[in-house]
Amino acid sequence: MTDLLYSEEEEALRAAVRDLLTDHCASAHVIARVESDTPHDLALWKSLAEGMGLAGLLVPEEQGGQGASAREVAVILEELGRAVAPVPYLTSAVVATEALLACGDEELLGQLASGRTIGALAVGLHAAPGAPFRAVRLDDGLLHGELTGIADAAVADVLLVPADDGGLYAVTADAATVTAQTALDLTRPLATVRLDGAPGRRVGDAEPAVRRALGAAAGLLASEQLGVADWALTETVRYLKERKQFNRPVGGFQALKHRLAQLWLEVVNLRAAARAAADALASGEDADVAVALAQAYAAPVAVHATEEALQLHGGIGMTWEHPIHLYLKRAKADSIAYGTAGAHREALAELVDLQAP
Amino acid sequence: MTDAEELRRRTRELLAAHPPADTGRLDFLRARFDAGLAWVHYPEGLGGLNAPRHLQAVVDAELEAAGAPDNDSRRNGIGLGMAAPTILKYGTEEQKQRYLRPLWTGEEVWCQLFSEPGAGSDLAALGTRAVREGDEWVVNGQKVWTSGAHNARWAILIARTDPSVPKHAGITYFLCDMTDPGVEVRPLRQITGEAEFNEVFLTDVRIPDSRRLGEVGNGWRVAQTTLNNERVAIGGMRLPREGGMIGPVAKTWRERPELRTHELHQRLLKLWVEAEVSRLTAERLRQQLVAGQPGYEGSGMKLAFARLNQEISGLEVELRGEEGLLYDDWTMRRPELVDFTGRDAGYRYLRSKGNSIEGGTSEVLLNIVAERVLGLPAEPRTDKDVAWKDLAR
Repeated sequence: MTDLLYSEEEEALRAAVRDLLTDHCASAHVIARVESDTPHDLALWKSLAEGMGLAGLLVPEEQGGQGASAREVAVILEELGRAVAPVPYLTSAVVATEALLACGDEELLGQLASGRTIGALAVGLHAAPGAPFRAVRLDDGLLHGELTGIADAAVADVLLVPADDGGLYAVTADAATVTAQTALDLTRPLATVRLDGAPGRRVGDAEPAVRRALGAAAGLLASEQLGVADWALTETVRYLKERKQFNRPVGGFQALKHRLAQLWLEVVNLRAAARAAADALASGEDADVAVALAQAYAAPVAVHATEEALQLHGGIGMTWEHPIHLYLKRAKADSIAYGTAGAHREALAELVDLQAP
Repeated sequence: MTDAEELRRRTRELLAAHPPADTGRLDFLRARFDAGLAWVHYPEGLGGLNAPRHLQAVVDAELEAAGAPDNDSRRNGIGLGMAAPTILKYGTEEQKQRYLRPLWTGEEVWCQLFSEPGAGSDLAALGTRAVREGDEWVVNGQKVWTSGAHNARWAILIARTDPSVPKHAGITYFLCDMTDPGVEVRPLRQITGEAEFNEVFLTDVRIPDSRRLGEVGNGWRVAQTTLNNERVAIGGMRLPREGGMIGPVAKTWRERPELRTHELHQRLLKLWVEAEVSRLTAERLRQQLVAGQPGYEGSGMKLAFARLNQEISGLEVELRGEEGLLYDDWTMRRPELVDFTGRDAGYRYLRSKGNSIEGGTSEVLLNIVAERVLGLPAEPRTDKDVAWKDLAR
């Protein structure tokens, strides 16, 4: 039976991560950082990955990891979403790690699990699990080509690059030209990766590795989206209790209360869907349906929550100074990341036999 | 505390002493009640053993495996789901002994005399009067939307006993004998063609003071217990995947490819997702209750249930195309059971319109979520400190 609750250990993990983020990831710092030369917060990453040892949760202990599961990772992603933390956790500790688990590359797995090496899968962030993805050309053992929309590539030490021979290649960052793109989501930077005769080491077959990595990413992204939506709801409720117009707190007006109550219901539903996906990824039972279900539901909720947060904050919500825009941008980008809700609904149509005309 | 093993042992004892094959249905149910295996979380002597509520499943599984009869709970939903917890919480020892056993066995069916033509969402404004005469109360007024009044032996009733105080303070809760000559039940035909509901006219109905539940003037508080249990009963059923309203439409979609269009496909998939997510939320709520963690999700379950039922059944009528233009039967009937997913798509579409009205409108439930869960301020009230008799009407 699917366990949809949080265990005591998971709640303790959440509390530890939240404490760290409260101390080191205040929204004013994030806003200042995103326009600097170093939008990623590598000090925070070091605390999470090395200090707390959270980069290797998905890696078995005998391969240098913690041997935990997607359930614990989901809790961390909820908290990282709640703080829109600019760290490469999803991309390195989930996506790149899952790709390497599929390939069984112990050496790199151990390095990623230690948190001292950051990995990035060189597949565009928009790619859905099971959808076609771009590959670079392999010529005389060297890689040639350009890939775009690679999340967190700017801080990756190693890139996992699909090539046209069907292999997945590990390329060290200094062998590639990584150029930042101007991304909608300021807290998950994108970059192009250009390879001009770069050497790479084949770690396994690309197709199964990418499929597994993107499936796990899509399922666990729902927990990040839950964190984003929960922040938006909590912060908006708090603000509307304080903000007074017409000699009353505006949160007392029924038109606004009903909108917030609807949003609460969506967030409650998203929590169940995200927990179901995390639990299914951990157990392997019915995971394809649980992941597609969570992603078909999560993106519209996170986008709706952040859009409502902006509207209900009024003019202040429109300012660069207020953090709402960081969450709106994350939510909107997440609605494309690892497949849109529509793509996941199409996947469900196959999985549960509700075929198109 | 009574654990699962102990309950299993007691259930086997009951089955040995009263083999279902050789025991009359009612005799078995009474014996089960007296053994404390009716609702194990109730107190000893009242059909329970003070056991954790979720262990009821242990007893039910044993009894089902032995082919024992059950109390057909759907026939007395208001009695079991609403009247019983209220009597348990507020009844005198004598009342609990008198009413709970025949209520649980189904010998006595209950209905609810709460809503009135002038008191729907603003239930506390109700105007049915109860005037004390010696050891009795004389009740006059009109109630409405009373499901099952035509089958009921008893009713839970709230009436105004003091019009000179603000509306919430002047209400008292009674147990009303539906066979009293002053009680007149008239069917109220609804948009489906049938009549689950009734109007109930109360004319000089004499209720002994011994059938008052709780203190005089405390009826509003007593009624909260009833109403909170109603919402749990309506939104909280445990279902398998595609177990609710989405089931029939998914089946039609699979069996009738000629009906499919792209536009309907998109809507179907969205609703399938929402129905499945909603089911997971209900399951999560159930897990929270079992784990003893208070969860607020219940407040929202009925909201989601109502909207989904309406949208899914509406889609199903459209999906059926030419057949969607037909209706199975408009004959006026008096159904014994309320079945939201029974009959045809057209019936489901029409019946589910009531889901966002009955048991608290969706608008009122949104207020409840906003104020009690999110802690947002209440609307300014003009009625709180005004005597009921001086309210606008």
